[in-house]
Amino acid sequence: MMTHGLSLFVAILSILNVLACGWLIWWTARSRPDEVKQGEVIDHVWDGDLQERNNPMPRWWLILFFLSIGFCFVYFLLYPALGTFGNVLGWSKANQYESEMAEARREYAPVYAAFAGRSVLELSRDPKALALGHSLFANNCVQCHGSDGRGATGFPNLTDQDWLYGGDPDTLVQTITNGREGVMPALGAVLGEQGVTEVVAYVRSLSGAKAPADQIEAGKARFVLCAACHGADAKGNQAIGAPNLTDDIWLYGGSEKAVRTTVTNGRHGQMPSHKWLGDDRIRLLAAYVYSLSHPAGPSAGEAAAP
Amino acid sequence: MSHETVEKKLGLLTVLIVLVISVGGLVEIVPLMMSAAKSQGNVHVTPRTALQQEGFDIYVREGCYGCHSQQIRPFRSETERYGPYSVAAESQYDHPFQFGSKRTGPDLGRVGGRYSDDWHRVHLRNPRDVVPESNMPGYPWLANAGIDGKLTERKLRTLRMLGTPYTDEDIAGASAAVAGKTELDALIAYLQSLGLARPRGS
Repeated sequence: MMTHGLSLFVAILSILNVLACGWLIWWTARSRPDEVKQGEVIDHVWDGDLQERNNPMPRWWLILFFLSIGFCFVYFLLYPALGTFGNVLGWSKANQYESEMAEARREYAPVYAAFAGRSVLELSRDPKALALGHSLFANNCVQCHGSDGRGATGFPNLTDQDWLYGGDPDTLVQTITNGREGVMPALGAVLGEQGVTEVVAYVRSLSGAKAPADQIEAGKARFVLCAACHGADAKGNQAIGAPNLTDDIWLYGGSEKAVRTTVTNGRHGQMPSHKWLGDDRIRLLAAYVYSLSHPAGPSAGEAAAP
Repeated sequence: MSHETVEKKLGLLTVLIVLVISVGGLVEIVPLMMSAAKSQGNVHVTPRTALQQEGFDIYVREGCYGCHSQQIRPFRSETERYGPYSVAAESQYDHPFQFGSKRTGPDLGRVGGRYSDDWHRVHLRNPRDVVPESNMPGYPWLANAGIDGKLTERKLRTLRMLGTPYTDEDIAGASAAVAGKTELDALIAYLQSLGLARPRGS
């Protein structure tokens, strides 16, 4: 809030300013006794030969000026123009914003209410929910996961069956709400140059890449170091987001060079929290993401399973 | 005094013009300078760290303000997309301020924490790697350029003169804080610090 002194300063200056404007209009528009008649040439000469006639502005125009002066005082009274004085309407930018938000909440509440209390699984089969989820996805997720949800190097593909933390509805909700942070330590110093080469050979061989047998064998022995997170069978651990290394799906690339960089320097993947979206939207988003990897709806998968 | 006198006496005309123009500034600007930062309470803004400050300077150097604003206006269409609207106190340590007036790209007033550091790393090198339809230029050189820590110390000292409450320790540790960091690190540190005083959902 403005202090009293500042308010006085603003109020007095503003009122004086408007009064001065009014005086200026009156002063320039009033007729003077020595004035020539309207339409006649005034006797002064500029630049040797330039003359002008006495053509005052039309009366209606002059009246408009005075009306706008009058409007100023009405405005001063209704809106916060004089520091803390005036503002009979109690208008403020913050209030205006709040009422805009309240109106939107009223308008959109029914839209979200239609989906409240329904499970993510159920929503993922509802075309209307998916349409809304798609919009939310386009606004909040595509920057990293791509508009088709297929991700990019370093950003997971959401359309396949491979999940770092799990792809069931509850886990999706949790991932979107709180974000994720995956850390793989740098192992370059521990393994040494040769060790890295061997581990890389072994890890890539799990997805079918070729490498000298002795390297693969040595890498397998060294893999105990990696097994703490990725598991002895290298199938990963969703509790800590350790990826499955046997499925030929690579978050940071599966080339010899890319895997070498990963092992040597480690990786630090991070998904920001989206708690601010609120529960309703998060569940719609989760439903949409779920539908990406279950295109025909989960019923198809369940039916196939015995 | 007549109209003619005012038009013919240049000195008088100048004085009157200055008088008229100054009223707007006196009423609109002066009160804000004296009370805005204090009057919008409940916003706790901490001075930038040395690395973040270097990032701020790179932001200015590269002209990011030419396409990105840092001023979320109090409209639903803005706050839905960017987060809570900006308040004056949040930019109190910006010299010069980065409000911007052009949005070729999105507003960055609350970009802090919205993406991961890795995302920024990829995006600043070549935006199209993560946002195919982006028309933002790439800034690949930032990853190779180091930061001169001696300058950092002097920058913080100067900012303290301008009113940023840096402590002696902040200034003494400035060089060490940016040692070995690239301009890319600094810019990302700055971007990740933007708008945290009033985070989304608050």
